[in-house]
Amino acid sequence: MLDVRGLNCPMPVLAVQREVKANAPKTLEVLADHMTAVYNIQRFASSQGYAVKTEETAEGDYRILLSK
Amino acid sequence: MEKTKRGFAGFVKDNWLVVVTGLLIGAAAVVLSWLGNPKNMGFCIACFERDITGALKFHQAGVVQYFRPEIVGIVLGAMIMAMLRGEWRAQGGSSPITRFILGMLVMIGALVFLGCPLRMVIRIGGGDLNAVIGLAGFIVGILIGVIPLKKGFSLNRAYRQNTLEGLVFPFLLAILFTISLVSDLFAKSTGGPGSMRAPWLIAFGIALVVGALCQRSRLCMAGGIRDVVLFKDFHLVLGFVSILVAVLIGNLITGNFKFGFEGQPVAHTDGVFNFLGMVLVGWGSVLLGGCPLRQLVLAGEGNSDSAVTVLGFMAGAAVSHNFGLASSATGIGSGPVLGVLIAGFAVLLVVSLMNTKRRN
Repeated sequence: MLDVRGLNCPMPVLAVQREVKANAPKTLEVLADHMTAVYNIQRFASSQGYAVKTEETAEGDYRILLSK
Repeated sequence: MEKTKRGFAGFVKDNWLVVVTGLLIGAAAVVLSWLGNPKNMGFCIACFERDITGALKFHQAGVVQYFRPEIVGIVLGAMIMAMLRGEWRAQGGSSPITRFILGMLVMIGALVFLGCPLRMVIRIGGGDLNAVIGLAGFIVGILIGVIPLKKGFSLNRAYRQNTLEGLVFPFLLAILFTISLVSDLFAKSTGGPGSMRAPWLIAFGIALVVGALCQRSRLCMAGGIRDVVLFKDFHLVLGFVSILVAVLIGNLITGNFKFGFEGQPVAHTDGVFNFLGMVLVGWGSVLLGGCPLRQLVLAGEGNSDSAVTVLGFMAGAAVSHNFGLASSATGIGSGPVLGVLIAGFAVLLVVSLMNTKRRN
């Protein structure tokens, strides 16, 4: 799980990009805390062929699930 | 679950809001100039924060003192929209003093060029070729700033704060703005750009809408070019282009398009300093995570780091005018402009290096 909470843009999506480039995971779970990060990650993940599912956690954060 | 290949409909769905926001900002800039704001300065975050700094008497440049409603409107518009959408949250603690210094440097660079990235685009839309040189500098600055980002640069995490921490800045602005409306406590230019102003209620209303739309669309002038370089993502740069298109069309309609270097409104022709000023702005904005407009929107969303950055902008404005660093239509300032720019680049280099953790 990649925790990008508290990071300003574009660090959250850069962290996802690094992980995708380094390990090309089939699935990846990302925890973010603002919608800008969520949108950026969604756009990047879609461009890389991932399906994206986002859900809000009980704490008000966002769990983004990437899968191929 | 979302599909992975999006096609044209997906492209429109992803990008319409940022395009509409850009078109509206461009149109608003033309309308505000038509209603009284300086030419090619319908909207300028750096200039208007500088004017507010002057109104509060932190600098004494008599021609640029006015409590601009546009700045207040953007922050409050973003705050209201963020609250309505459940996205408002008090957050901060990510290297605030470093952000303050970066904010100062970005403002110093902007006032050497005479405009923030938003005004740069507005100036280009008015036919000002000096701003094209500024754009070249802005892009170079972003390209430099992207290098540490790729190597793991971060100003570290922000954390949730109590609600008051996120409300202080918007409420402070609102209170000061109200004082500016009902009293003569603050300075108000009687000549120069600070005396040119659209009716406050219209300016404030337009800015509320712009702030709200910027909150939703995440429009960012630095982020647009940065994302193209980093991710080949053209989403935000579409907003950048939309502003340019709207301003260009608006200026052609109103007869305010004037192509060339000479005699442009509130601009100088020193290409080297136009370039270097915007390199500082581009590099600093990338390290901050967003342009001056974006910092205002984030401050409205409850981000106290961005609020500190805006205060840094204002401190930078005061320094620029108190020490002869700010340019004017006649040319660059009488102070040690080149020395300060070089020192600014040195500071950005140190900040870039010291906050970069090597990654595999």
